[in-house]
Order: sequence, then C-alpha cells, then structure tokens
Amino acid sequence: MSAETADNAAPAPKPAAARAGRPVGAWRMPLLVRIAAAILVLVSLVALLAPLLTPYGYEETDLLYRLKPPFWSSLSIEGHLLGTDKLGRDLLSRLLIATQVSLALALLGTLIGAVLGTFLGILAAHRGGWVDEVVMMLVDWQAAMPFLIIALAVLAFLGNNFYLFLALMGLAGWETYARLTRSLVLSAREQGYAVAVRALGARPLRLYGRHILPNVMGPLIVQLTLNFPQTILLETSLSFLGLGIQPPLTSLGQMLGDGRDYLLTAWWLAVLPGGVIFLTTLSMSLFGDWLRTRLDPTQR
Amino acid sequence: MSAVLAEATEPDEPRPLLRVAGLARRFSLPRTSLFGPRPELTAVADVSFDLAAGETLAVVGESGCGKSTVGNLVLNLLSPSAGSIRFDGEDLASADDTRWRDRRRDLQLIFQDSRSALDPRLTVEAQVAEGLEIHKVATAADRKIMVAAMLEAVGLGGDLARRYPHELSGGQQQRAVIARALVLEPKLVVCDEPVAALDVSVQAQVVNLLRDLQRNLGLAYLFISHDLSLVRHVADRVAVMYLGRFVEVAECRDLFAAPAHPYARALIGAVPAARSRRGRLVRPLRLEGEPPSPMNPPSGCPLHPRCPFATDLCRTELPALRPRADGRSVACHHAEASQADGLEAQGGSDASQPLKVFP
Repeated sequence: MSAETADNAAPAPKPAAARAGRPVGAWRMPLLVRIAAAILVLVSLVALLAPLLTPYGYEETDLLYRLKPPFWSSLSIEGHLLGTDKLGRDLLSRLLIATQVSLALALLGTLIGAVLGTFLGILAAHRGGWVDEVVMMLVDWQAAMPFLIIALAVLAFLGNNFYLFLALMGLAGWETYARLTRSLVLSAREQGYAVAVRALGARPLRLYGRHILPNVMGPLIVQLTLNFPQTILLETSLSFLGLGIQPPLTSLGQMLGDGRDYLLTAWWLAVLPGGVIFLTTLSMSLFGDWLRTRLDPTQR
Repeated sequence: MSAVLAEATEPDEPRPLLRVAGLARRFSLPRTSLFGPRPELTAVADVSFDLAAGETLAVVGESGCGKSTVGNLVLNLLSPSAGSIRFDGEDLASADDTRWRDRRRDLQLIFQDSRSALDPRLTVEAQVAEGLEIHKVATAADRKIMVAAMLEAVGLGGDLARRYPHELSGGQQQRAVIARALVLEPKLVVCDEPVAALDVSVQAQVVNLLRDLQRNLGLAYLFISHDLSLVRHVADRVAVMYLGRFVEVAECRDLFAAPAHPYARALIGAVPAARSRRGRLVRPLRLEGEPPSPMNPPSGCPLHPRCPFATDLCRTELPALRPRADGRSVACHHAEASQADGLEAQGGSDASQPLKVFP
C-alpha cells in the first residue's frame, strides 16, 4: 500500500473539546442565560424535593388563620412564611407541591408529544404516499384548531382525570415535532450515509435509530425546550379555568385561579404562583433560544 | 429487446455476474399546469449489458445522461420502470425484502461525496463494522479483527480508525467509504464517481487502491465516471452513454484508439491526452448545440440534431445497439463512416498500443 503520502499527513488528533467541531469557548453562556439556567436548576430541585421541603401538608386547613399575609407584612404569623390561603392552608407548602405537579405534567406532556410527534414524523417520511398524507393532514388539522377549544371540549365531555389531562398535554404539541421530524428525516435520508447504510442491508430500525435520529436530534431537543413553556402555560390556563387539576390536588394554574378572587385583599395569593410560572417559562425560553443558536451550525 | 450484446451471442459463455436487459427508468415530474398530464423524464432507456466477475465496466457520459441512474438501478436503490437485472442469475428487483437485504453483501457502492457518505456521529471503525454486524458475520471478536485488517488494507490503521469522519482528510474519508463497502467482500461494487471530489494526487492513490483490492478480492466494478482519462486507466470495457442509452460498448483499448459512434468520438476527442500522445490519435468531432432535454428526446437517433453524419434515416429510425465483428457494439446507422473519418489522419496504426495516462 502506498498510502503513506499526502493524505495521511492530514489532521493530527485533536483534544476532546475540539472533537465536537467547535471552539472550546463557544459554550460559554451570556449572563442572562446563566441566570435562566440557575433558575431552572433551582425550580427543578424544588420540584423534585417538594414533599421533603413542605412545612405543612398542602391540604391541611386551619380556618382560624385564613388569608394571612407573607413574612414581610406586620400581620404575618409565625410558621407560615408565605402566609395562608382562603382555607388557612400554608401557601409555601402549596406552592412547592403545585410547582412539582405543574412541572411534572408539563415534562411528561412535552415528552409524550415529542415521542409521538417524532415517531409519526419518521413514519410519514419513511412510508410516504398515503401514510404521509394522513399524518400531514392530522398535523394541519391540529394546527388549524385552537388547542384550548379542543381541550375544553374533551374535558367537558369526558370528565376530568389526571391521565386524560396528561394525554391532552401530550397531544398539545405533537404536530410541531411531527412536521419538524418529517422534514429533517426527508433530507437526512438522502444523505450519502443513509443511502450507504440502506445499501449495506440495514433494517429501518437500525437506519433510523442508529443513524438518522442521532443526526437530527439537535433541532428536536431545541424544539423540546421551546415547547415546554407552552405546555406549562397550557396546563396553567386549563387549571385556571377549572378544567385542569382538580382540588384538593393543586397546581400553579389552579392557585392562580383561586387567588383571582382575592386580588384586592390578598394579592400575593395570585402573584406568587404567577411569578413562579413567569420565571420558569421565561428561563426555559431563554435557555432554549440560546441552545438553538448553539446547535444550529449556520448561526455558530 | 432491441439491444443484444456480443457476449450474449456465444452459447458456451459462462453465466455473467450481472446481466442487465432492457433496463429503463422514467421519472414523472410535477405537473406544469393544473390539468395537464405529468411530464415524464426518461433517465435510462433500454440499457443492456453483461458484467463478468472480476471485470471493470466503465459507464461514461456527460452530466445528466443517466449513468448514475444506471448505478442506482443496479444497486436496486431505485426500481426499474422496465427491464430486468439479474445478479448471479437471480432477479433482484423481484426478490423480497429479506432476500434483498441478504444480497446486499455481494453488491456494494462507493460514491462521490465521501464526506456525506459517512455518518458524522460514528467513528470510522464503527461504520466499517456495521455491514458485518448487519449480516451477522462471525463473532464480535472476529469482526473486530476483520475491520482492523480492512482498515489496515486501505491505509487507515491504528489511531485513524478511531477518529470521526470530520477529523479525516478527503482521501482518508474516501478510503473509509471503500473499507466499509469492501469489508463484506462483495462480488460487485458500483463506483459512482469515486474520486471526482478528490485532489488529483489523491485520486491516483485511491484508484490504485481500488485496483489492488480488485486484484486481491476478485471484485467486479461498475465504474461510473465522466473522467475519461481515469476510465482509460481502470476499465476493461467502456460503455458510452448518451441521453439514457448506451451508444457504444467496447473494449477500453479499442474505444480509445478508434471510437466508432460519433458521440463517443466527440467525448474521446475532447480528452487532451487522447490527442497529444502521438500526434492526433482520434480526430475530434465537434458536436453542435447542447444535449436535448431528456423530457423531450428527439425522434429517431437521439444524437441526430447534433450529428454531422445525420441523414433522414437517423431522423426517423432509432439505431439499435448492434454487435459488430470487431467485438464492440455500436448504436449508429453510420458508425463505419464516423469511425473511418476519426482515424483518417493517423492511419489507425496506434490502435494496438496500450494507452497509459496514469503513471
């Protein structure tokens, strides 16, 4: 073999950081994104550890101490850091549990939507023909209907339980994943490596699972981070309308809805859960935006 | 079948590795008007050839003549609109999925763009091993040894094997592609412009590698290229393609010495080396105009609007690819006139000389 010449003298092995094909400093975050990431970490920790952190049971009522203000007010009472609600339940405990419930719902819902949408997108791209047309018709159909209306109808007719609600959360965002995945897969399939793997005799599972999916993962992950706040907001809206999480279980949206009646007398009942929603979704959006610019080679 | 080949006429000929008969592929295009018919593009029309084990058949022609489509059809990555492809006596187009996947071991491809041909997220080693994994060849430990040996053979041993494609140079990437295709020890490899994207110095290395591997493994190549000097170096036989049809199939040496079809003359006359070696070997033929659109091919011989030999016969009747006494097949009503005209200047004495472009 006369292989020792010109082209073997090419690139020397690079350190691990350069292996990903970008300069090391490129992952440095701007301050705003750092704050967002910190908030996300904090909120996630709170959601994970909520049952351990609550000073009271979130359902424990104490009618003698109703609507007590948080610690900064002179009227606040010992032991209830964020005050109490209309039934005398500890607001901090409820806020912690609500964060857990809302985040878990949004996370599961987003994941269900992502998995379902990605699967249907791959299916549409792989099979083409009528399968493709049916999937894309469903996508268009869902994109054309305001999802809140669909959710209202389903919950009003089929009643409300946790799993149905979860399924609805999952259905909320699938069409964006399906559309995105389909187009990504269609172009990836034409890449030489996909043709070569097919020519090697690979089955579709190997082709999509090992080659195509890992190569189109970047945009999908970004879509996930952008879709997540939308799912939180959807859960919030439905719970606010009384169609989401039912009492005594609580969620951020439901707390917001409950607090609405006391906005003039006890504004913190609505503002505190509203603040958590606001900060979480904003942080997630900021982080997702940053991730998108990082992963998109055209913006690097 | 309008095209019959020289090989097919000999009854005691051993079964060819690949026998393609009457192959055609049409693509329908999007409608141009709301209610009009969908226009059709004939990429390949009535192509027939045989390929023996260990042989290299080059398919040459300009861009868009359908040569890559022939490759994809042979690989069964596209299904033919008409005709049959028999590989080792078996009709692959009608084979079911499982059988088709099995046969992939014997039928591999190497294509032009090596950068996109490799999965950016897997190491070279992992990608070369993939074919073996898919076909469950040997045990995991043996597979490792086979992959290492193959990579060594293409000059990507040691540390290079564990790199990702973007950490390799173009030539190294193309060797990785070759290793991936050949590790399964296929019988036929379709090379679609295998070195067109490489520097000239690297081209020679890769081509020599392909030839070494052919000798060692007994491969047959279907070598698709527009680079005639390269083809002259590697091919045993050459098929010249124009507008989806083979217009001349001949031994490489014969074709370059004295092309018979006017289009083959025009192509070969355009290669600088074909003229410079001993004065003018082949008098170049200038064709007028551009190749016509494959959506709307001319009547009769597809070359007639551009051909100086064209007569009324050419305008009405499509010439068949006819085998001739000298072993080549030509699809031209006036092949003899064209060939004689091409050789006029130098008397044809160089026809027996082997021609070498590569060192």
